[in-house]
Amino acid sequence: MQLQVTNSPFTSEQTELINKLLPTLTDVQISWLGGYLSAYRMVSANTVTVPLTVNDISAIPTVAPVSVVTQVPREATILFGSQTGNAQRLAGRLAESLKAQGITVTLSAMNQYKTNQLKKVDYLFVLVSTHGEGDPPDNALTFHEYLHSKRAQKLDGIKFSVLALGDTSYEFFCKTGQDFDSRLAELGGERVTDRVDCDVDFEESAAGWIASVNRAVSSAATSTSSNVTTNAASASVEPNVVEPIYSRNNPYMAEVLENLDLNGRGSDRETRHVEISLEDSGLTYSPGDAVGVYPQNDPTLVDELISLLKWNPEEVVVTGKNGETSSVRDALLHYYEITVLTKPLLEKAVAFSDSDKLAVLVNPGNQEALRAYVKARDLLDLLRDFQPWTIAPGDLSTLLRKLPPRLYSIASSLNAHPDEVHLTVRKVKYEAHDRERKGVTSGYIAERLVPGDKLPIFIQQNPNFKPPVNPDSPVIMIGPGTGVAPFRAFLEDREELGATGKSWLFYGDRHFVTDFLYQTDWQRMLKVGVLSKLDVAFSRDTEEKVYVQQRMLEHGEEVYNWLQDGAHVYVCGDEKYMAHDVQAALIEIIGQYGGKSPEVAAAYLSELQEQGRYQRDVY
Amino acid sequence: MVNKQKVEPIGGPPSDVEQLKLESNYLRGSLTESLANQITGGLPELDNRLLKFHGSYMQDDRDYRNEREKQKLEPYYQFMLRVVTPGGVSTPAQWLVMDELADKYGTGSLRLTTRQAFQLHGVLKWNLKQTIQDINEALLTTLAACGDVSRNVMCNPNPYQSDLHGEVYYWAQQLTTHLAPKTPAYHEIWLDGEKVVDSLEQEEAVVEVEPIYGKVYLPRKFKIGIAVPPSNDIDVYSQDLGLIAIVENDKLVGFNVVVGGGMGMTHGDTSTYPQLARSIGFVTPDRILDVAEKTVTIQRDYGNRSVRKNARFKYTIDRHGLDWFVDELHDRLGWKLEAARPFTFEHTGDRYGWVKGKDGKWNLTLYVQSGRIADGEGYKLRTALREIAKIHTGDFRLTANQNLMIARVDTRKKKAVEALLQQYGVAEGSKYSALRRSALSCVALPTCGLAMAEAERYLPTLIDKLEPILEEAGILDEEINIRMTGCPNGCARPALGEIAFIGKSPGKYNMYLGAGFSGDRLSKLYRENIGEDDIIDTLRPMIQHYAVDRNQGEHFGDFVIRTGYVTAVTNGMNFHD
Repeated sequence: MQLQVTNSPFTSEQTELINKLLPTLTDVQISWLGGYLSAYRMVSANTVTVPLTVNDISAIPTVAPVSVVTQVPREATILFGSQTGNAQRLAGRLAESLKAQGITVTLSAMNQYKTNQLKKVDYLFVLVSTHGEGDPPDNALTFHEYLHSKRAQKLDGIKFSVLALGDTSYEFFCKTGQDFDSRLAELGGERVTDRVDCDVDFEESAAGWIASVNRAVSSAATSTSSNVTTNAASASVEPNVVEPIYSRNNPYMAEVLENLDLNGRGSDRETRHVEISLEDSGLTYSPGDAVGVYPQNDPTLVDELISLLKWNPEEVVVTGKNGETSSVRDALLHYYEITVLTKPLLEKAVAFSDSDKLAVLVNPGNQEALRAYVKARDLLDLLRDFQPWTIAPGDLSTLLRKLPPRLYSIASSLNAHPDEVHLTVRKVKYEAHDRERKGVTSGYIAERLVPGDKLPIFIQQNPNFKPPVNPDSPVIMIGPGTGVAPFRAFLEDREELGATGKSWLFYGDRHFVTDFLYQTDWQRMLKVGVLSKLDVAFSRDTEEKVYVQQRMLEHGEEVYNWLQDGAHVYVCGDEKYMAHDVQAALIEIIGQYGGKSPEVAAAYLSELQEQGRYQRDVY
Repeated sequence: MVNKQKVEPIGGPPSDVEQLKLESNYLRGSLTESLANQITGGLPELDNRLLKFHGSYMQDDRDYRNEREKQKLEPYYQFMLRVVTPGGVSTPAQWLVMDELADKYGTGSLRLTTRQAFQLHGVLKWNLKQTIQDINEALLTTLAACGDVSRNVMCNPNPYQSDLHGEVYYWAQQLTTHLAPKTPAYHEIWLDGEKVVDSLEQEEAVVEVEPIYGKVYLPRKFKIGIAVPPSNDIDVYSQDLGLIAIVENDKLVGFNVVVGGGMGMTHGDTSTYPQLARSIGFVTPDRILDVAEKTVTIQRDYGNRSVRKNARFKYTIDRHGLDWFVDELHDRLGWKLEAARPFTFEHTGDRYGWVKGKDGKWNLTLYVQSGRIADGEGYKLRTALREIAKIHTGDFRLTANQNLMIARVDTRKKKAVEALLQQYGVAEGSKYSALRRSALSCVALPTCGLAMAEAERYLPTLIDKLEPILEEAGILDEEINIRMTGCPNGCARPALGEIAFIGKSPGKYNMYLGAGFSGDRLSKLYRENIGEDDIIDTLRPMIQHYAVDRNQGEHFGDFVIRTGYVTAVTNGMNFHD
């Protein structure tokens, strides 16, 4: 059978492509494609065009061919632990693909999952990210702890696999996923496909893992009817069956409407308030969500790299997996990450360096030295420190990670600003190893982005950081620095919705006069009553530094009373110090005013967390 | 006490400020709560009004106002604190405290005002209380430095007649103290004093909280100054109540009393005008507290409480007539003033350099541009004065021309003081042109909320451009009083400048000419709304004309009248004619 223009609805170009492809396919691929195409039709019903790339395959439910009757297991459980929503989104995709195979899927956030159900599970798939110093995300904490405790039940016979999300620039890359993977095996589980550890450009590896899981399941499958049950944190946890046109893989080129510094003259900080148009994009968001921004690298840095390597900036290189090309300068500007060094990068770089020192550094015995080296250094340092190089522009694709998007908590309510999204971006700038370093995205936004420019963005839903469903519930929001951004969204939204619950914001920064982000917005909200209370701590205005947690402790009794009244607590901002100290303050308050021991107070807080009344968006 | 009212006080509903004072419970209002509010660095308007009585008001850096609004930041609110120093006298220890506070809570500089007070600028709300406490610990106060009460009483620092200074200064202190508000609110709010609110109501019937002022204080500020002829440095005719020391046989025998002066007016409103105080007689020193108190109570009872811009004492007198006032005063005193005695004023400016007083001690008058005590490039005035304060055993005297006198220096310390001044590049003033030495300006932009144009930041630049013209005309050493204010409220007493500028809008001024050199005649509007180029084009031929055609000893203010540039103002009420 040969497809012709005359015997098909295709154009000659399409016919040629199809005819080129079909003879190369295996039986499995042909049946897979059959299922894929029927799902593709469903998905694209609401869209204009969805380019089919390798990346995008994972965005589409993976479907077993209808005509092939195979052994399909009755049940699969998918648990996710997600902070920013990536693991959750991928879990949703996996669920859809399995469901399309006719499998009954239980999809749940880890902290919502009743562990006594584990014994009934056939297949268990875990998707989890890692944070800070190898820590699980908030909604994975209790499950992680349970599984690693003596109480954990044996899991003999359970088939599992783990997808770990992380960032190779951190020491404990994908540690939480690795924890789960080894512990599930220890408890008697059987890996159906190997764990995949994803770096920040996770799309391809994640898609690969989802495909592997589907293959593993389908090969063991028996035919049944399908039924998906979800058991997730809140109504909004529903996975998206339909991805919007614009996504992480297909960002919207959004016009920048406003870009101004929120810090007053004389401040040692620079925080940009960026207003972005969503007009005609079809993109929507709700309070708590984030915007992913694809930045551009600093042209000065790119030019220095090129000049150091004595490359022709116009030399054409292949960038995308599909053979897209661009000049090496553009590739370095838009496509590759050049400001972060990771262990894998250094290992790969050995092959291109004529300096013995690099080989020594990546030697397994020199882990500490390597960790110390990569800290606050970038590609330019690497290239300067280990000369000479034999690297050619074409080698970039093997060496470098893709430039990842940077997520920013949304600072506006779509109800208050139709067709707009606002971001609060603090410029990262510091001196290290005798050079000034800048955050890629924040530097781009602060130094080069002007109103009228187009910025590639997508919306990243964050179901784990949502205002209470009941508008009467009191909210306590703790958001120093740029951590205050989502609370502007929360409060604007509450104002638009006419929410009647009390609200209390704790804010802090360095100096009252220059660093009180959105001061006049809060003043207005206090005046109209959308915000009931605002307590502030400015650390550098007084001889002794004061922080938000001190303000909370000062009002401990009232904070406790609010909690007793059903308040939801939200924390956004720095994870390492602030979120930790705020949590300690909360436990202290609960202990002191609830007459509880520290352990019981901590359990009270965990209980709140499980009820979704203690949510964090920390980074 | 008052058994007849010859005239009715002016009617009309009381202004909202009057209502506020009435409800403020003797200047408390909600100041304590507003100061504790952490969300704004400012105060609500009503509390800001009350705060003035406590010696401070809210300002904001107007250079930053627009950009901060865009940045979603409130205005850069900050507070000006004014310290009451009767006669401008402070001890070296007090000087050091003020100097330290300028760094700790202020903008790193001190300002000497045209009424011989210290001003600290840029104090944040959170630091107000501590700053005021520190000031009080140094035995100074900010109470009644502003507000509708009698202000800091001025007197001539007098480097020549050192024996007289002591006596006149004593009366300046007595007047300040006697007329200070008595409310415990100041103590309560700033100095953590015991609240006496509870007992207040019971006591009120028995003990009047404010025996002189009553619940609503005065309709407007009230200014008192004492001049010692031949110097009229304090501009005695600009005061609500002016006292002119009468010296006979080297003894202070009493004071001539002048009443009803004042500088402020409103652009475009001819019901407001500057006015000179008029003489009503002579009193012996022991009776001036009585005269001052009764004068204040007359203004309290008859001043306009409906329209604030017509509330100053000068309007009360002009409305009812000087004779009415004298009668009323005599009634309240129960005795009559004597006839005014002769005296002569020769000038209003300061005399720079070292002068030995009759007590054998030395006094140095230093030129201070716009009264700003700050360190500049190669001119470390503030440092020099700090170092001098550390070794000085006499006192410091702020002059009415915003200059500074280092007073009562021992002969043995004179050299050390000179050395310090030299070390920090400070000249006493004679190296500056006579025009610059006689210049006076208010703070204006960026901190003063009333300013419509620059003053302190601009007048030196304008003088830079006028000096070559004077030099060319050969009259660089001719003293001409030049004054500039950012608005018509008149802090730098522009209506008494031989050449004066009152701000209209950024870069534009009304130009006035023809005031009396010794402060005895008001100036007259000559050009409206002109910028720098017009100012220079206007003054150049006039200065050249003056250089050529002036009579022997004729001052510029007199010359422009004789030659017809302007007509003489004989009474404030025809200032606008």
